[in-house]
Amino acid sequence: MFELLKKVLAPVGPSGLEGPVAAAITEEIRPYVDTIETDALGNLIATKLGKGENPRKVMISAHMDHIGYIVTGVEKEGYLRVTNVGGIGMDASLTRHVVFQNGVHGVVVCEPVEGNKQLRHLFVDIGAADKDEALKMVSLGDVAVYANDCFALGAHRVASPAMDDRCACALLVKLLQTLGETEDTVIALFSVQEEVGCRGAKVASFAKEPDVGIALDVTLWGDTPGTSQPDIKLGEGCAIKIMDRGSISNPALREELIACGEKAGVKTQREVLPYGGTDASAMQTSRGGIPVCTVSIPCRYVHSACEVIDLRDMDAALKVLTAYLK
Amino acid sequence: MDLRTLTEINAPAGHEQALRRALLEEVRSMGLIPYLDRMGNVVCVKEGTGPAPRKRVMISAHMDEVGLIVVSATEDGFLRVTPVGGVDPRVVISKRVLVGDDNLPGVIGATAIHLQSAADRRHVLGYNEIYVDIGAKDKAEAEGKAPKGTYISFDTKYVEYGDGFACAKAFDDRVGVHTILEVLKEDYPVDVIAVFSSEEEVGCRGAKGAAFSTEPDMGIVLEGTTCNDLGDVPDPLQVCKAGQGVAVSFMDGASIANRELFKKALALGQEQNIPCQVKSSVSGGNDGGVIQRAREGVPVVVLSVPCRYIHSPSTVIKLSDAKSQLDLTKALLRAI
Repeated sequence: MFELLKKVLAPVGPSGLEGPVAAAITEEIRPYVDTIETDALGNLIATKLGKGENPRKVMISAHMDHIGYIVTGVEKEGYLRVTNVGGIGMDASLTRHVVFQNGVHGVVVCEPVEGNKQLRHLFVDIGAADKDEALKMVSLGDVAVYANDCFALGAHRVASPAMDDRCACALLVKLLQTLGETEDTVIALFSVQEEVGCRGAKVASFAKEPDVGIALDVTLWGDTPGTSQPDIKLGEGCAIKIMDRGSISNPALREELIACGEKAGVKTQREVLPYGGTDASAMQTSRGGIPVCTVSIPCRYVHSACEVIDLRDMDAALKVLTAYLK
Repeated sequence: MDLRTLTEINAPAGHEQALRRALLEEVRSMGLIPYLDRMGNVVCVKEGTGPAPRKRVMISAHMDEVGLIVVSATEDGFLRVTPVGGVDPRVVISKRVLVGDDNLPGVIGATAIHLQSAADRRHVLGYNEIYVDIGAKDKAEAEGKAPKGTYISFDTKYVEYGDGFACAKAFDDRVGVHTILEVLKEDYPVDVIAVFSSEEEVGCRGAKGAAFSTEPDMGIVLEGTTCNDLGDVPDPLQVCKAGQGVAVSFMDGASIANRELFKKALALGQEQNIPCQVKSSVSGGNDGGVIQRAREGVPVVVLSVPCRYIHSPSTVIKLSDAKSQLDLTKALLRAI
């Protein structure tokens, strides 16, 4: 799983510019699915046909996009002014190594300010001598993300900036690779623009009309100094979402997934998250409504340059999903 | 129909009737067949000249403008109001307005400077402290002339001035409406779905229905946008500049432009010497957000005319930017 994870983490793919991620994933899944398509918004949709009579359509989503900094202006000295694409926090932004899709590197820096630091105080130093040189390196509207830096943390854990939600992309790839024949048709949705409002999942679930929707995403943690909520711990298994700000999981589906964990002999955690939302929110309200649930990978330091997950939780999620589909 | 006529029609969000009627008539007079949908959008599909199957490209501009709406009358006959869409209460004080479909004159009142304390002068009045004076003698007369729910528009005449500038109300988005009317005068290889949308200023409600029902392959949103090119604003914060051409958005609060369309628009501008600029602020939202998310998803791009003092009774544009918006839209429709 670690090797696959590294491949899926590497491409630069901020919201709206997910092409390179889709390309990397396509290469991994091609032999294992019946069809692969890309829609108008850039969603990568891979379908694995079910062998059952009138198979159900189960859509499983993982979002490809990554939060980033979009260039809104250039100072005459060559520094870039930026704003957020998705949930960029100030604390996580200070003196960070970032990279653009064209390979240009930069450092996000906050100018000295009295009082509250805000996004408008940030600039990106790309080493340009002046505005003209900077505009030869990047254009207005280009987006930088935290530079890929993937490393093992102890025996089971991995840290990387794009873990949200590439760890779920890797999980979904692994599921397609290992699943084999199923009764249900599996529609694997590698979605776009989740971080700016689940826009990709909205249109894909309209197009594909699934009977069931499962979102794979990271969730927050409560097991480091100074935190206690949500009651989620790394290494204690994947989390089965009961509710967040975007959706309330279908109770029957949720309990079925928890039971699948027991059947497969892996740990799961019940998750109630008082913030956030996932692609499940967009799938749930598509057309006439769809039962949904989110299977979460607990992740520390979400939306920072060092998002940490536990490979054992990914393995638990893989087994839960396999049990559900078998 | 020119910008003067278009901006002097009152069409606050949800009450676009006057403009709707004028547009239906105008589009019919061009020999085209417009229709009205259930959300109050005026839609006209103009078939392309290219071989079938043709791409269906929705071009949208919203009919509605920001305004005020009556919520009650005071005992002494003044109207209490609330904004329809985003109207800064600081820009409405002492402005003349037109109340209701009969365009009753009114004025937005505030305490005279002679009677204000030093603290009063630093205080920004909210809508709970602002009233509209229509000269009514008491509550009964005020309620008779302007019952609850009566719409109020700014009373602004269109004027051209200076080095090619114009000042009016509602340039957001009558510039876009004007551009569509001009676009419809010519032929294109693609099918053009022209949508004059309703209720954009209160959440893009009209375009949502229109994008669903017309099923476009692609969307071009024609807007008026914020322009903050004033003396004391640092360059990267100016959003866009009046006179520098049509502004192409890479992202706003509601949509991320399809990157191919964004690049194509800028490249066409350069090739054909159509002045254009990149809108450098990620703020606000427009019909692009709902068109992009209609049905299976639609690639969109937003082309805007920079509007100084947007959402106020006196919005200023440079007319050459409106021309650039038209030229770039036509170029895109021919290059897609």
